[in-house]
Amino acid sequence: MIKKRIIPVVLLKNGQIVQSRLFKRHQVIGSPTAVVERLSNWSSDELIYIDISQHQLYDLSRDDLNQQSFSSIQEIIQQVAFKCHMPLSFGGGIRKIEDIDMRISSGADKVTINSLLYDKPNVVKEGVRKYGSQAIVASIDVKRDESGNFIVFKGGKHPLSVQLQDFVTQIVDLGVGEILLNAIHKDGTASGFDIELINIVVDLVSIPVIALGGAGNWEHFSEVLEKSNASAVAAANIFQHSENSYYKCKEYLAQQSLPVRFSSKLSNQSKNL
Amino acid sequence: MIGIVNYNSGNFTSVFNTINYLGYPLKEVNTSFDFEDCTHIILPGVGTFNYAMEQLDKLNLLVPLKQHILQNKKFFLGICVGMQILAELGNENGNCNGLGWLRGSVEKFNFNGEDLRLPHIGWNTLESIESNVLLHGVNQQDPSFYFVHSYHYYPSDDYSYNIIYSNYGYNFPSLVQHENIFGVQFHPEKSQENGKILLKNFCELV
Repeated sequence: MIKKRIIPVVLLKNGQIVQSRLFKRHQVIGSPTAVVERLSNWSSDELIYIDISQHQLYDLSRDDLNQQSFSSIQEIIQQVAFKCHMPLSFGGGIRKIEDIDMRISSGADKVTINSLLYDKPNVVKEGVRKYGSQAIVASIDVKRDESGNFIVFKGGKHPLSVQLQDFVTQIVDLGVGEILLNAIHKDGTASGFDIELINIVVDLVSIPVIALGGAGNWEHFSEVLEKSNASAVAAANIFQHSENSYYKCKEYLAQQSLPVRFSSKLSNQSKNL
Repeated sequence: MIGIVNYNSGNFTSVFNTINYLGYPLKEVNTSFDFEDCTHIILPGVGTFNYAMEQLDKLNLLVPLKQHILQNKKFFLGICVGMQILAELGNENGNCNGLGWLRGSVEKFNFNGEDLRLPHIGWNTLESIESNVLLHGVNQQDPSFYFVHSYHYYPSDDYSYNIIYSNYGYNFPSLVQHENIFGVQFHPEKSQENGKILLKNFCELV
């Protein structure tokens, strides 16, 4: 039987891992490769890296923390992929087909795209043709406004006039393999997922949907798995807080008899590494 | 020597990194000559059936593959599309001939109306792990591997291969073995501990 995936999202800014709140404030919490070793040891189902750097600047290592420095996103992907024996998706800064080529050839299994969906749908199609649907994940940023309507945003910042339903249908037609559904009004709030939004999108499409935005405790994860047909649940901050949060999350969901990949034997061994 | 065929498949690097991590002597194979000192050949695969066959043809790898695997009986492991093209025929974006080392074809999942999503992406379990040499030592409590595909191998009715199944709507072949030829639909290079165990078992075959 197929398992529901629990996916840590790692945000990169100028070569460092950061925490995010409502897409605005970012706090540096570590180096890009440290997290992968930690999560790989804990049998994470998959990893999504999103590069939110505004400029192509990566060499900002902090000498005081003795952190490794990286000169490019390519170097980060290569280093991460080298240490990672799980599926790896990279997003952010993808503007042309060569950007997709570089990420895949450096060791990413998938790319997560956002602006490209609006700006250059033909490049999305080309990526699908070249690498297959499974390699292209469409990230959709959605915000609920004060009257409860869902507004599609580009790059988390620019509201668009397109209807959510129409937009989702359009991007599925481009041939993407998965949707990463990001409720940006929930980003960093730890107030739970927007189940209504997840259900609207899941019911519209026949490809897997990954729910993101709002995880604050383990019950929030089980709520998504119980009340929607999402294929995966993703979260960023909650997996960075404490040392073995990912393991605890899986343990909780397994105790609730939810279909997640969990083996106490394996995970206990990994936990002690 | 483990040879990993590089024919511009997306997961070449991941497979190479994992075998390297396991500590076996390995090399990149992309010419006929490269096969000579290999005892084991791994054919990674991501993307479409047709593209994989085109690339192997373009790089003139079809003849040496046949010579070293079918005649010299070197151990062979096809991963994902690298498993699918072992079949006689692929049916993705129109018909395309495969290597034809296994009887049968590769076609899309057919759920008969059941509401299941494609691609089949994520961790799925194998129905049994006792009856194939590659699965010795795989975690019994959680025999799961990472899958990403919309098409799978349909063996012809009269096959006599060792097949291990997984379930997505119905049972489909996720591992097949015929003599020295192994194919896995999932990605061992992305399946953490279980994947490493499987690849180690393959590299240890003598």
